[in-house]
Amino acid sequence: MTKPEVVAAILWLSLTAYAVLAGADFGGGLWDLLAIGPRAADQRQAIAEAMGPVWEANHVWLIFMIVGLFTAFPSTFGILALALYLPLTIAMTGIVLRGAAFAFRGHAQEAVGPLSPWGAIFGAASSITPFFLGTAAAAVVSGSIKVTGGRLASDFTAGWATPYGGLVGAFAVAICAYLAATYLTVETEGTPLEDDFRRRAIAAGLVSGVLGIAGLVLAPAAAPPLAQALFGRGLPLTVLALLNGPLALLAVWRSRPRLARIAVIAQVVFVLWAWAIGQWPYLLPTDVTIQGSAAPESTLSALLVVIAAGMALLLPSLWLLFRVFKARNPAVIL
Amino acid sequence: MDNVALARLTMGTSLCFHIAFAVLGVGLPLLMAVAEGLWLRTKDAVWLKLARRWSKAFGILFAVGAVSGTVLSFELGLLWPRFMAFSGAIFGLPFSAEGFAFFLEAIFLGLYLYGWNRLSPVAHWLTSIPIAISGAASALFVVMANAWMNTPVGFRLGPDGRLLDVNPVAAALNPSTATEDPHMLVSAYVVTGFLVASVYAAGMLRGRVDSMHKRGLTLGMAMAGAAILLAGVTGDASARFVYQAQPAKFAAMEGLYETRRGAPLHLGGIPLDSEHRVVYGIEVPKALSLLAAFNPEAEVRGLDSFPVADRPNPILVHLSFDSMAGLGLLLGFLAALFWALTLRRRQVPDRRPLLGALVLAGPASVAVLEAGWFVTEFGRQPWVVYGILRTADAATTAPALGPTFGIFLVIYAGLAFTTARLLLLLAKRARAEEGEAGDRAARRRRVVS
Ligand code: HDD
Ligand code: HEM
Ligand code: HEM
Repeated sequence: MTKPEVVAAILWLSLTAYAVLAGADFGGGLWDLLAIGPRAADQRQAIAEAMGPVWEANHVWLIFMIVGLFTAFPSTFGILALALYLPLTIAMTGIVLRGAAFAFRGHAQEAVGPLSPWGAIFGAASSITPFFLGTAAAAVVSGSIKVTGGRLASDFTAGWATPYGGLVGAFAVAICAYLAATYLTVETEGTPLEDDFRRRAIAAGLVSGVLGIAGLVLAPAAAPPLAQALFGRGLPLTVLALLNGPLALLAVWRSRPRLARIAVIAQVVFVLWAWAIGQWPYLLPTDVTIQGSAAPESTLSALLVVIAAGMALLLPSLWLLFRVFKARNPAVIL
Repeated sequence: MDNVALARLTMGTSLCFHIAFAVLGVGLPLLMAVAEGLWLRTKDAVWLKLARRWSKAFGILFAVGAVSGTVLSFELGLLWPRFMAFSGAIFGLPFSAEGFAFFLEAIFLGLYLYGWNRLSPVAHWLTSIPIAISGAASALFVVMANAWMNTPVGFRLGPDGRLLDVNPVAAALNPSTATEDPHMLVSAYVVTGFLVASVYAAGMLRGRVDSMHKRGLTLGMAMAGAAILLAGVTGDASARFVYQAQPAKFAAMEGLYETRRGAPLHLGGIPLDSEHRVVYGIEVPKALSLLAAFNPEAEVRGLDSFPVADRPNPILVHLSFDSMAGLGLLLGFLAALFWALTLRRRQVPDRRPLLGALVLAGPASVAVLEAGWFVTEFGRQPWVVYGILRTADAATTAPALGPTFGIFLVIYAGLAFTTARLLLLLAKRARAEEGEAGDRAARRRRVVS
């Protein structure tokens, strides 16, 4: 692999970590909004306890991706920021409101009661963000972002303000909800809440399955580059995803929380990497390649050194964090 | 307003908001580590109480700092896509290093905030140290990026405008880093120290003169006092460096229009482009040359020697500079007075005028900090990358910047309001719990509810 490809792969790994870890935090917000029944308050409590110690660390994967992208692929970063100004601005609004709302509730609820507006904001913002990040992904995978002579040649709504964009956005929300509910069955194992979250996981799993298959079926018409990616070089992973989907759902159904958690994570990983491997060597199909938009060699080398040094500090610290707070569930989230 | 103006307004507002929380992210962990360390050594529960209260408040402050910082990393691209497409490969390295600093800060903060009951006391105290170090590191890294915007090095421009010979390490260690980084770091401690002192001074003014308030005040003033001294020293170095590296910024800071030897220093006053001079100010002959170059006859370049299109706005820059230096000096005197009285009497002074001044010093230190950033940012205009890329050429062409700005103003106002309200409520609850006001009754009410 060339250096640009190594850096691109690392950035894709951090996107995967963000999806698997922070995705569940967004899903937690959604389930907070939708908490009903006699145990609604307990559900909210379980969500808050699960997210509290880890959400800020989970969130940094996104920051890392952004700074990595503008360091290693500056021109692509500029194009994306311009082409996706609107959905990314909305997603960013959601991120601010979600994080602040969670902190306000988490750290001050006992002092000031339920903080009602921030509770609703927490849930709403948690679903807006993955939705609009999903629409932005749709713009990329559908090849709608056009670049000629290094300049953006498509308009500000291309590829995301479309029905297919909406479909991918909804899929992203459903996947977050699925991840969250599945993790929460592990967190609440052996309590009555486990069954609440199990039923939510099944629902979210079914919805995301239907949306995912719809996305696959519609791809050849609505997003030809995506179809090429998933049925081309990405095919083995696409097939794995299709096989794993029912298995994951079955594990949820049969109350095997730990197995279910691994299967649902695998599902997300298969989908993301089928996309990535299929789309290789393009960053933005079909106008921008990884090689063609990379920063100079010297920058990439320095970046790789920083990443290696950073990871040497980061990984043991992350291990410690999850060990201290998720020790009850040694199957571990990572 | 056009996109350039809106983008500048949005960026500036977001930065001003973020920096107020970010400095606490640098300074408070150090104070918490000191207080908890003192508790481990002395077993005096008052220190523990201080550390625990600060950690509660910090949980909220850090989250607001983190989300507002996230906004900034989006906005760099969303508002200034051409700036980032040009600069990313050159100055991205410190931002990437900063990413890891954030990671470590967030991870150990999770352990610290939620680990009071899960870790042994010593292990818990140990988790505060990486927070303090990575908080300081993230400030140092991000300011390296800003310093590069002031003195861009580490690359060459080819004849067709392409980047050649990019050296990101040289860019990170650009000449401004040596003055901006230390000045920013000590300023973070100045502001944290005065803000903490301000909170306890306010409590003492309301009659809560107990050992917790006295120690909170003393610890805050210890940090503020040491740091403000260093802020003066590093700020002086900054000014002398700007004199050499960014003469237009320096001329604007001082409101000097004419290039001359033996240039005077203007205290206050308003630089008027139409009159080519500072009106209503106090003029100190030859002082500027003396301060800038240690030589009363040194030549200082004036604004008139720059093309009109290359001049920053002298009114903004001069007034901001004078506010920083003037208020900064006042804060220094206040800290000196506090320590003189404390050391002579061997106890924390509780005179009302002094306490009142200390209450004001907290917000004032934030104003000093913001003013300093105004000097740096407005003084760099009209360039976003000094001498290389104009701000006007860097802004986005995307639609709807106006509504975005409006929405963010509302969000920032909401966040500021809620943060303030929650901090007040937390303090009130802590007092009720710890039994300063009719404690048992308060406690019984909590059990019942
Ligand atoms: C709160 C603390 C504080 C205090 C007491 C001072 N400053 Fe400051 N100053 C800042 C906080 C600050 C800052 C953190 O806001 C800035 C913005 C960029 C930077 O590196 O530090 C700054 C920038 C800044 C600059 C512009 C640097 C540049 O653009 O490269 C100069 C010339 C000075 N300062 C000079 C001074 C002097 C002569 C001071 C003494 C009286 C002083 N500062 C006190
Ligand atoms: C440390 C990293 C920083 C970076 C990378 C940075 C970057 C930028 C950029 C790209 C702009 C817009 C272009 C321009 O107007 O020149 C800007 C403007 C601005 N920044 Fe900074 N900034 C930094 C720190 C700060 C901080 C901490 C403050 C806090 C108060 C600040 C205050 C401002 C203001 C007020 C503007 C608007 C300037 C104008 O309208 O002329 N900056 N900054
Ligand atoms: C000189 C100005 C700045 C300083 C001193 C500073 C410092 C800090 C610190 C200490 C934090 C930790 C969170 C906290 O406790 O508040 C933080 C958060 C953050 N800052 Fe800044 N920052 C500055 C400017 C910027 C700029 C210009 C950016 C834009 C790229 C930025 C991006 C971020 C991000 C993304 C976070 C969130 C990290 C997290 O999730 O933990 N900061 N900043």
